[in-house]
Amino acid sequence: MRALALALVLAAAPLAVQQGPAPDYAEVSLPDPAKEARALALMDSIRCVVCQGQPISGSNADLAGDMRRMIRERIAAGDSPEQVRAWLVGKYGDWVSFKPEVKGETAPLWLVPLLALAGGGWLVSRRLRTRRKQENA
Amino acid sequence: MKRRLLLWLPFGLVAALFVVFYAGLKHPDDHVIASRMVGQPLPQFAAAPAFPDRPGAATADFADGKPRLLNVFASWCVPCRDEVPMLVRLRELGAEVDGIAVHDAAPDLRQFLAQYGDPYARIGLDAAGRAQMAFGSAGVPETFVVDGRGRILYQQIGVVTEADVPRLMAMLAGGK
Repeated sequence: MRALALALVLAAAPLAVQQGPAPDYAEVSLPDPAKEARALALMDSIRCVVCQGQPISGSNADLAGDMRRMIRERIAAGDSPEQVRAWLVGKYGDWVSFKPEVKGETAPLWLVPLLALAGGGWLVSRRLRTRRKQENA
Repeated sequence: MKRRLLLWLPFGLVAALFVVFYAGLKHPDDHVIASRMVGQPLPQFAAAPAFPDRPGAATADFADGKPRLLNVFASWCVPCRDEVPMLVRLRELGAEVDGIAVHDAAPDLRQFLAQYGDPYARIGLDAAGRAQMAFGSAGVPETFVVDGRGRILYQQIGVVTEADVPRLMAMLAGGK
């Protein structure tokens, strides 16, 4: 019983420590879990401009930390993730976002799979038709 | 004959794709991320003074009719050490050079300026990268040319070298 109480006290200790100065939101979660989830989802889809292959959620670069802090602060202040994304794209260009935008330049991204599917369907249907013809003959 | 060629088409396409993928693996893209703020008015930012005897840098300081160079740098940035003498040269040629020091501290900055040179009329501290993000700057050093009306004319990514001096001076002369 005493051991259990001790364990509880130890578990609670970090909570007490956290009530110090204002948290640095580059590394600390937002208190509201729903907002934190939105912020995290956005961080996963923003490219670190220093280390480029990584999203800012998994980067140790200072600038990635700055972006995480800015994102959490703006989400906490009521901005939508897409507003924050648009702000970053306005500063660094499309390259900073892992989420492709639908627009003229990126239309092939959506059209090519559809065209490939249509082309494939056409080839298969032709094949089936000739085979049926052969079977009937 | 035509049909036989058509049969090879999918194979050819896939082979071409693989060549593209292979080339991509050999040359991983190292994108230079240029700021989208070039051609636009200065963003809202305020970088607090690094030293009590020298002003910091904020949006309002920049639309006074005087074109300037705004250098984004840091005392911990090794290429910045090589760049400072060239900025001092630009200053001697009559350019106004202001600095935004990213993730920096006053004592480190003081030592950096004493050791490598000090071209800066203003130095603002950007502790949390807010000014850097507002400018769409992706690293240090970067140098923005700002005209007298507070518009960003140009972004130099990386160290300013001897070869850049005439171009930067011409832009400053044209930016009144």
